[in-house]
Amino acid sequence: MILDRRTLLGTTLAAGSTLALPRRGRAQSNTIKIGVLNDQSGPYRDLGGMHSVNAAKMAIKEMGAGLNVEVISADHQNKPDIGAGIVRQWIDQDGVDMILDVNTSSVALAVNGVCKQKNISYINNGAGTTDLTGPQCTPVTIHWGYDVYMLAQSTGGALVKSGGKNWYFITADYVFGQQLQRDASFFVKKEGGQVTGASMYPFPGTSDFSSFLISAQSSGADVLGLANAGADTTNCIKQAAEFGLTQKMKIAALLMYINDVKGLGLEAAQGLFLTESFYWDLDDKSRAFSKRFEEIDPAVKPNMDQASCYASTLHFLKTVKEMGVDKRKDGAAVVAQMKKTPAQDDAYGTTHIREDGWAQVPAYLFQVKSPKESKGTWDYYKLVQTTKAGEAGKPMSEGGCPLVKS
Amino acid sequence: MSGAIAAGRRGPAVPGWALWIGALLVAVIAVVFLVGPAAVWAWLYKPPALLLGQLLLGLINGAFYALLSLGLAIIFGMLNIINFAHGALFMMGAFIAWMLLTPNTWLAMISPGLAVPDWLMLGYWPSLIVVPIVVGAFGLFLEKTIISRLYRLDHLYGLLLTFGLALVIEGLFRNAFGSSGMPYRIPNALQGGVNLGFMFMPYYRGWVVVAAGVVCLVTWLVIEKTSLGAKLRAATENPGLVQAFGVNVPRMISLTYAGGLALAAFAGVLAAPIYSVNPNMGSNFIITVFAVVVIGGMGSIVGSIVTGFGLGIVEGLTKVYYPQASATVIFVIMVIVLLMRPAGLFGKGS
Repeated sequence: MILDRRTLLGTTLAAGSTLALPRRGRAQSNTIKIGVLNDQSGPYRDLGGMHSVNAAKMAIKEMGAGLNVEVISADHQNKPDIGAGIVRQWIDQDGVDMILDVNTSSVALAVNGVCKQKNISYINNGAGTTDLTGPQCTPVTIHWGYDVYMLAQSTGGALVKSGGKNWYFITADYVFGQQLQRDASFFVKKEGGQVTGASMYPFPGTSDFSSFLISAQSSGADVLGLANAGADTTNCIKQAAEFGLTQKMKIAALLMYINDVKGLGLEAAQGLFLTESFYWDLDDKSRAFSKRFEEIDPAVKPNMDQASCYASTLHFLKTVKEMGVDKRKDGAAVVAQMKKTPAQDDAYGTTHIREDGWAQVPAYLFQVKSPKESKGTWDYYKLVQTTKAGEAGKPMSEGGCPLVKS
Repeated sequence: MSGAIAAGRRGPAVPGWALWIGALLVAVIAVVFLVGPAAVWAWLYKPPALLLGQLLLGLINGAFYALLSLGLAIIFGMLNIINFAHGALFMMGAFIAWMLLTPNTWLAMISPGLAVPDWLMLGYWPSLIVVPIVVGAFGLFLEKTIISRLYRLDHLYGLLLTFGLALVIEGLFRNAFGSSGMPYRIPNALQGGVNLGFMFMPYYRGWVVVAAGVVCLVTWLVIEKTSLGAKLRAATENPGLVQAFGVNVPRMISLTYAGGLALAAFAGVLAAPIYSVNPNMGSNFIITVFAVVVIGGMGSIVGSIVTGFGLGIVEGLTKVYYPQASATVIFVIMVIVLLMRPAGLFGKGS
């Protein structure tokens, strides 16, 4: 068959319109659409990725009765422009009603702007930046899981108190790392310690940290603060042990998930201090939640990212159900309602969401078990200290959120 | 006559690179005078111990660059293929080493209850030999089935094909093993390190430099000084004529590709104990390594080795003064070299 320009144009147009029609139809139906956006191929893939999608699906399974809920997901590749582009398309063309997870702070902030402009609910679980509930807070944003302030206060504060006064930072050079270093420095100085230096390295794409480790060693510091995450953190710890740093310095891995501990192996990770807002083996409720999660996703135990994706999706669906499904497009109204009623679930118990969007979760300081203490895979943490839900986050008066009237 | 006029118009024969160096010197002197010599000195001064340490570390990183870019240079020289799959094969080398070390961990991932006896587990030392052979065989398969079809086409096709291959290989590993990495211990014989006075030198890193240096030297000797190497070089120049002498050129090309990949796999095994064994580990290296090959001169063996070690050192020094630029500095150098010598430092020019 020989195609001329006219038939080609005709068929393309026809194909285009048949493709577009059901889309438009779907957007007007009563289906609640949740879009999970996170890193699905890079250094943070195992921390969120498809596991967070599964956490959202689990919430739908438990709360979705009588509702028509659909989950879609995409990979933002840790690039703000790509992330913002996907979200814009999701909202404009696919009729997505809520954006979930969005790890990597730089992407999280870009998406924040889009959701605010489009008035679509935005629940962030994976990013660390305090700006989401600070200067850049919006009426449609909820930050649920952890932030750098919480990590800095819990891990940083505890290490200074136990005698680590001089700190050297190795920092991922983007908004998350910079803020984590800033907040940790604040707590170090508050407790009477000092910061002797810092190395900012290009993110992503750095895999050899030995130069920075040598600089840290020659600075005379006694604590090495790692203001990074994922594979970067595990690489730093591995190489710190290799260069004999661990004999003289303590390592403060400011953001570490249970998956990172597994990747490192207990032999290398034992004794590390880290902070999460959730651990599967905390109590009966968390164990029950984790057991149900494993039925959907047998490969991993849920970390604080999955726990908060689950808890916040559950709360979102409950709220939308009460308000009426047709109200779901009004992000500001949904989120305002979510802030009014406290959330209830097995992962976090009761959670109150503050006016600035911060979901008040507790911070648990854990120490990684030695291979002898551990009873098997995923039995990794000893609870050292708990910061209560109301005290773990940055005080609202210091956050600088314009929504909060002082 | 016309030549003389043209020469006259150009003025005295000053080579282009001299002008660039002159400009650079003027810029440096200007900065020193503007900021003040004391300030510059204060910024430049670092404890000698720290500098020496960074130089040594740069050399170690350079060892990886040299090994990887050597394989790339050989493949480009002989096959005219820009092998973008090199990083993926490097990663594969590390992963296969891990798989040989702990077969039961990943067999259990495939199907529970599947396990092999202890004697089948291969430690680090056998892996150094076995893994390059396995990856080399895989390379042979790739060359025979896919890559050999592209020799008559433009470079661009080879680049696109191998880039696609890299994405497929990395994607498969990511799907199977996730991205958080697998633990791999430093072999017992190389645990610990020695205090050199200016830094703590882990034995393993020392071993990396020695092993990489020896492998680079042997490869260079084979290509430049043996009759096999002579045939290889001849086949690059004129495959038809060499074939007429009774040399099986297609087989030689296949083995060259396999050999290049084996070098990448060897580097992968060397890297397994110090970097996190994860599917992205190759893509972190590959861009830098390509810059190394371009700076050294595409296809130049000596160029890739010398530039690999050299750029490792430059990168190490950048990490002392301005770590944020450590990923960029190599490309700045690439720009300067390409402006001054488009064929690269050791390239013959075309």
